[in-house]
Amino acid sequence: MTEPGQKAKLETKDLHLYYGAYHALRDITMDIPERAITAIIGPSGCGKSSLLRVFNRMNDLIPGASVRGEVLLDGAPVYGKDTDAVTLRKKVGMVFQRPDVFPMSIYDNVVIGPRHHGIRRRRRLDEIAEKSLTRAALWDEVKDILKKPGSSLAPGQQQRLCIARALAVEPDVILMDESCSALDPESTMKIEELMLDLAEKYTIIIVTHNMEQARRVSDMSAFMMIDENKVGTLVEYAPTMRLFANPKDKRTEDYITGRFG
Amino acid sequence: MRISPRAGERIVKVLIWAAAMLVMAVLVFIVAYILAKGLHVIDWRFLASAPSNMGRSGGISTTIIGTLMVTVTAVVIAAPLGIGTAFYLAEYTRENFVTKIIRFSAESLAGIPSIVYGLFGLIFFVVYLDMRWSVLSGGLTLALMILPTVIRTSEEAIKAVPYIYREVSFSLGATKWQTIIKAVFPSALRGIANGILLSVGRCIAETAAVILTAGSTLRMPTSLFSPTRTMAVHFYILAREGISMENAYGTAALLIILIFLINVVANTLINRFVAKSR
Repeated sequence: MTEPGQKAKLETKDLHLYYGAYHALRDITMDIPERAITAIIGPSGCGKSSLLRVFNRMNDLIPGASVRGEVLLDGAPVYGKDTDAVTLRKKVGMVFQRPDVFPMSIYDNVVIGPRHHGIRRRRRLDEIAEKSLTRAALWDEVKDILKKPGSSLAPGQQQRLCIARALAVEPDVILMDESCSALDPESTMKIEELMLDLAEKYTIIIVTHNMEQARRVSDMSAFMMIDENKVGTLVEYAPTMRLFANPKDKRTEDYITGRFG
Repeated sequence: MRISPRAGERIVKVLIWAAAMLVMAVLVFIVAYILAKGLHVIDWRFLASAPSNMGRSGGISTTIIGTLMVTVTAVVIAAPLGIGTAFYLAEYTRENFVTKIIRFSAESLAGIPSIVYGLFGLIFFVVYLDMRWSVLSGGLTLALMILPTVIRTSEEAIKAVPYIYREVSFSLGATKWQTIIKAVFPSALRGIANGILLSVGRCIAETAAVILTAGSTLRMPTSLFSPTRTMAVHFYILAREGISMENAYGTAALLIILIFLINVVANTLINRFVAKSR
């Protein structure tokens, strides 16, 4: 379902997710194109975040969570027997809803990931910090205050710091879980511009409540809803322009025209 | 007769204020009384010279050293064990039968009177393991005594660290151990340190458990295997046997000052560390 000529970075086939006995996601099959922005939209509780957390195996942290079906990153199984979740997460980074900077300096926040992965040389870390902060469009604002606590920044800057922190690990994929919902409109706009920039190099998947945001930034849109058994399903997945202009499913149409949700 | 809401509010306020003031007053009175009685005894000679004539004259140097040795031994043993247990309970396991047993044990242990620890230490460390009356026996006994506090306070501190820090850390490709060391521990440090400080205070002030396990000799302890007398024990013996009330108050005053100093110094160090890691 990807645009012609574009390679699928992530694929799911007949994916089911369970939290213990609770069936959270049913039968999800989708190809996520490389170097593009894919938006997952839908009403609260439809499993958007759960699906996002399948891609970096964040659901592993929840006791009892299990996955059935196939998830592939660059053709290799994400839930394979030999796949290590820690290694996977270096390739699939994540930015969370709230700007949760660690209680440490701006610099230390950015290089915490590389440090985990064994990079110790000061000069190398300095390079990574500058590169990541530059990519996150924050370098000019913080280059003179790198030693200051991350929490001293404004919320919008903190969220860009979180993006820099994720970029520092050099992932291919960036998952953004409602990363603008705690921000004011101006900061949201900056982050959206940043997403569009980053999409030239990274595969980005966003979960958003904000349909306008999905329409503004994403190339592909996935609309999710819970079915009659309260299980999250993928209702429609299409290029964003098509999905918003000409939804094929009645439920998608009702949602994007604001009839519910 | 009805009281107007306003008047009721005032009465409650006054009562609560009075309760707080009363508690303060009692504390201040105790500390002031002991300092008034004991402060004038304390000088360099009192601190630096060994007790003589059962403690009737001379200083209390050997008991200061004994106190520090026993306390340090106890904390060095209990802190890693307790913090480790707390991390196990908070991070490595879910609520199950084993964790319930560990928690139940810790809570039960916390409620046992210290003299019972002393008796256990006497039977187990001093006699059965043949460690005699020694700094080590006393330290081990105190370690057992403070372990529940260290576990409890550390676990609370670890649980108070926002869950999102763990998620963020994992999302950056950190292992569990890296997450604990880099994302959780620094934020829990202050709470953990407070629990240990509380325990240090209890070790320094403990009498019953130490007198049965470390002994009460006034000789200078030279190793972990020497018997010793701690300040609290010294104070107890001086007062109980009527040897010298003057020196007893001097020792008590020094105990209070010591605990106060440890708190101030430790808090300063923690603050500096936390500020640095921020």
